[in-house]
Amino acid sequence: MSLQPELSPTTGDEAIQNYTINFGPQHPAAHGVLRLVMELDGEIVERMDPHVGLLHRGTEKLIEYKTYLQALPYFDRLDYCSPLGMEYSYVLAIEKLLDLEVPLRGQYLRVLFAELTRICNHMLNLGSHVMDVGAMTPNLWMFELREDCLNFFERASGARMHSAWFRPGGVHQDVPLKLLTDIAEWCDTRLPKLFGDAVSLVADNRIFKQRNVDIAVVNKEDALKWGFSGPMIRAAGIPWDIRKSQPYDVYDRMEFDIPVGTNSDCYDRFMVRVEEVYQSARIIKQCIQHMPDGPVASTDRKVVPPKRGEMKASMEALIHHFKLYTEGFHVPAGSVYVATESPKGEFGVYLVSDGSNKPYRCKIRPTAFSHLQAMEMMSKGHMLADTTAILGAMDIVFGECDR
Amino acid sequence: MSHSAPKYAPNKGVAAAIKKAVGKDAISVEESHGEIAVTVKRDALVPAMIALRDVCEYQQLMEIAGVDWPDHDPRFEVVYCLLSVTKNHRIRVHVWTNEDEPVPSVTGIWPVAGWLEREVFDMYGVTFAGNDDLRRILTDYGFVGHPQRKDFPLTGYVELRYSEEEKRVKYEPVQLAQDFRSFDFMSPWEGADYVLPGDEKGASK
Repeated sequence: MSLQPELSPTTGDEAIQNYTINFGPQHPAAHGVLRLVMELDGEIVERMDPHVGLLHRGTEKLIEYKTYLQALPYFDRLDYCSPLGMEYSYVLAIEKLLDLEVPLRGQYLRVLFAELTRICNHMLNLGSHVMDVGAMTPNLWMFELREDCLNFFERASGARMHSAWFRPGGVHQDVPLKLLTDIAEWCDTRLPKLFGDAVSLVADNRIFKQRNVDIAVVNKEDALKWGFSGPMIRAAGIPWDIRKSQPYDVYDRMEFDIPVGTNSDCYDRFMVRVEEVYQSARIIKQCIQHMPDGPVASTDRKVVPPKRGEMKASMEALIHHFKLYTEGFHVPAGSVYVATESPKGEFGVYLVSDGSNKPYRCKIRPTAFSHLQAMEMMSKGHMLADTTAILGAMDIVFGECDR
Repeated sequence: MSHSAPKYAPNKGVAAAIKKAVGKDAISVEESHGEIAVTVKRDALVPAMIALRDVCEYQQLMEIAGVDWPDHDPRFEVVYCLLSVTKNHRIRVHVWTNEDEPVPSVTGIWPVAGWLEREVFDMYGVTFAGNDDLRRILTDYGFVGHPQRKDFPLTGYVELRYSEEEKRVKYEPVQLAQDFRSFDFMSPWEGADYVLPGDEKGASK
């Protein structure tokens, strides 16, 4: 038997052509309705054109026809994986225009539930990321934790996902003491145990590392130029967190650390989020420890409606209630851009008021929009299978991207 | 009394530094609600942005927002939200334009502007000179009109459904089962610009 190298079937006169394929819009790894038009050379991605907007519902247009309070629930439906993180920017923008002070207990409650939202969001993202690259079990375990978070939201607001619980001036309702003790206990026992177990399955796993380490490396300059924020910019080694550098509510009273990546690849993005979960649990515990008693929303009756009990006895309260739920409050003319650190990154609201009871313009700055735009830059030269890892590590939700 | 929105570095001295860096291309530098807004001449947008990035250290372009002011001439306002991660500060850059006068694109400075400009184009019909990929982005393939303009109705003009007979998605003119309702809550003595029913005599005075 003679040994001779096998001839390549494509040598000769045949011309090799790149081909173009559609990834999505209906694809489980597309995290929603993303259509990627990809030009492939074999399995190497040569060009990528993300098509977004398949979930465009015209939220910004609808908000212009609603009063400030009626527009709030639309924010839950933007990033439906972290609803309270979306409401946060909006209520802060209104408060900035009104220059409205929020009672301390309201601020603590908002920070507490914003961090619970962060854990809730990261459970979904980390779980689906590992599932995108082939592991099943961690996802199921993390969904257990996500379910716990949703139960906490339900106990606070009555709704599992679309809480609509933040209000300009504070939060809608106070929470029972038992809920706070349950959250504290959960942060001490169930979360570290179950989450630690789930992460231990993948963090040092050889297959997981092969799929993520050195995939889609983005240097610091590119991260700045492409408008990265949140875990994406922190994984690139830039210690930038709005909670720390531009504190809002009582974040300046919290002690927490900002995890930063060293290699700026998909694995770093994953690990930054893992550490953020522990830091969020730290913030939650501090909130519960230091939360004072008192009102949960501003007592300015021209903005925040009175409670039902007050209305039974006070004519003034009844009038305020009626006026606020029909006409709503008027916001002084002007414009502000307020951005908070949502679980996915910088979520901003550019709010223009003309002095009436409806926003003149409410531009929503989604995090996913900028990140997804960098998709071509990040995945060029990578294999087709890597795009799912890149997409998973970006943490994209289309409700927010398409608005 | 003070709000609890994000607190970044104080605005003290920033306006003067911006005026110095941008020079006479800055029409105005204003501070309101604790935020600095720079209005820039449209033709000088790119050099002004480069000065803001290199001299004033605003490294990141976070957002481009369009605003439609039908009574203003020129009609559209394009707002750029800049962030400095070294100075921990935010400013906004405003540019005014018309339907037929393009705004210089800043994609050469920040590649992230590509999609942001596409969105403003899609929503308002503002064009950007130098953006070589100015396709629609959020609306449907083959959409007509610019939905965020104030004269575009909230309900739109067409609705689509899947036609079982023709086995395809069909566009039809929008039909409302109930008239579109818009409530005017402005107090008559504050801002109403219409004649109060029954007060026709008073208005003719």
